Amino acid sequence: MSALLEAQAISMTVSGATLVDAVSLQIGAGEMVAIVGPNGAGKSTLLRMLSGDLRPSRGTLRLRQRDLNTYRPRELAQHRAMLSQHVNVSFPFTVEEIVSMGAGESPRTAARGLVRAALDEVGLAPFRSRQLPTLSGGEQQRAHFARVLVQLACGEALHGPGLLLLDEPTSSLDLRHQIDLVETARRRAKRGTAVIAILHDLNLAMRFADRILLLHRGRLAVDGDRAAAMRAETLRKTFEIDAAIEYTGDGVPFLLPQTMRPAGQAT
Amino acid sequence: MSALAERSARAKQRRAGMSPRPAATLTLLCLFAALAGTALIALTVGAAGIPLARLPAALGLWGDAVTSPLLARDQLVVWSIRIPRIAAAAMVGALLAVSGTIMQGLFRNPLADPALVGVSSGGAFAAAAAIVFTDSHLGESLRFLQHQLLPVAAFAGSLVTTIVLYGIASRGGRTSIAIFLLAGLAIAAIANAGIGLLVFVADDRQLRDITFWMLGSLSGATWSKLTALAPVLAAALIACVPIARGLDVLVLGEAEAFHSGVDVERLKQMSIVLVSAMTGVAVSVCGVVGFVGIVVPHLLRLVIGPAHRLLLPASALLGAILLVGADTVARTIVAPAEMPIGILTAAIGAPFFLAMLLRQRNLVSL
Repeated sequence: MSALLEAQAISMTVSGATLVDAVSLQIGAGEMVAIVGPNGAGKSTLLRMLSGDLRPSRGTLRLRQRDLNTYRPRELAQHRAMLSQHVNVSFPFTVEEIVSMGAGESPRTAARGLVRAALDEVGLAPFRSRQLPTLSGGEQQRAHFARVLVQLACGEALHGPGLLLLDEPTSSLDLRHQIDLVETARRRAKRGTAVIAILHDLNLAMRFADRILLLHRGRLAVDGDRAAAMRAETLRKTFEIDAAIEYTGDGVPFLLPQTMRPAGQAT
Repeated sequence: MSALAERSARAKQRRAGMSPRPAATLTLLCLFAALAGTALIALTVGAAGIPLARLPAALGLWGDAVTSPLLARDQLVVWSIRIPRIAAAAMVGALLAVSGTIMQGLFRNPLADPALVGVSSGGAFAAAAAIVFTDSHLGESLRFLQHQLLPVAAFAGSLVTTIVLYGIASRGGRTSIAIFLLAGLAIAAIANAGIGLLVFVADDRQLRDITFWMLGSLSGATWSKLTALAPVLAAALIACVPIARGLDVLVLGEAEAFHSGVDVERLKQMSIVLVSAMTGVAVSVCGVVGFVGIVVPHLLRLVIGPAHRLLLPASALLGAILLVGADTVARTIVAPAEMPIGILTAAIGAPFFLAMLLRQRNLVSL
């Protein structure tokens, strides 16, 4: 089966600094991919390039065998949905109005059902008439996630399984809602959606992703399964931590940070 | 609180199983009725009072002007002075309110207003420059075009100011409210310095014209100016239809709007041209009238919510009501003299703006 999204040696250079350096990857339908890496590794830049938001300085990106840059915004929105990290809403839109924005120009009646389902899925149904700015940070993040789910569903109804991109979707969520969110994303992956999420919590990433992309200084240090990413040596090189790696009963690795890097060794 | 009231009203509506559409129609109908009422009052009051009973005759619906000098005077006042003036006030109010609404949507900031951030000043500066230039020896050949040149100059001035402001205030798809307001302040200061320079070199007649731009007045409204206003207003209102949804989604930020399928660059270009054209034409007719664009959309959002499909037409109507009312007050409060309407709208609008700023301070950090 051919890849849904294909990147060939994409780089991003901004005023002399290379943020992402010749990254090549292929993402197939139904894959659940986590992007991990230390601060400043280029995770968000990579994701924004994959979403079509940033145009790579070099290299090519193809979505469904077609150059990503040839998609018009409305068309692109039917093939991929993306949740950004910080979304601030300054006007008193209600939760329902915000979530409905995901439906674009879809027919109202069809959209209404999708909006209701998405609100139920993120547990915000009782808040649908509340004004978004009055909600807590985590609740707002869930509302935006619901909006992105609606967009994904509308696009998938037209073109089949699409691409779901999440930039630190769990950053302001409590533990339970972190798990809920990742489980929801996993359910989408089971139905064929390709999910790519930036996750800061390595243990969460190990638990839920089948494939880990570990970025280090703009380069793809690891592209493989959990075992490939979770090596003490790799973690020392990239995150500059010493960690003990243990395994859960079902063989999923998790890490316990041990000590900081000895002082005096600059990054 | 108003937000609570709004929420409970919406909840009631939902319990009753009503869709929001009748409410939208009802809002627009109420605003139409209020505009008609305000216009009617504006027709009857003024330096020459025309009681409601005499109004139908004055409008020429019945009676014979030849036999009654009073009726002849009434008809003259109504047709040559009041109707063009009321129509101009309504159209300018609609233009200013809609351009304020679009600007707030574009900057994702309820504190944006074309007059407050120098867009009107930019237009007024260009218009004042056009007055002085066409009066000088250099511009002598263009003098016969002065009438047509003013709106074009005001539009160009507004356009340049809006583009500069946008360039300064938004970086990487995010707009800083503090930088936006400060940049607007600086741009307004530059434009006002330019106007000051023009005042310095202007002769007495030009000085009077320029002062008029700075304070704002509708006393120069004529039928011929209306023919310039009406097509711009109509075109602008039609152009609002395709950008309404985009402006809604833009509240999420430029990146998210793009991810949601909005052609952000096109939306920004259209909004900037619309805001500049509407502000420029309004300024060319009545000078700088501030705060209409800030008061109107804010009040409406409290009642009908922030969705632009309804907010834009409702803003046009409430802006018209507000300016017709304000102009009526301006021309009666010190009758037979007239107060510049810009002073009046600033006196009402500025405290309103400060109150909003204080409320915002509690909600979000600038």
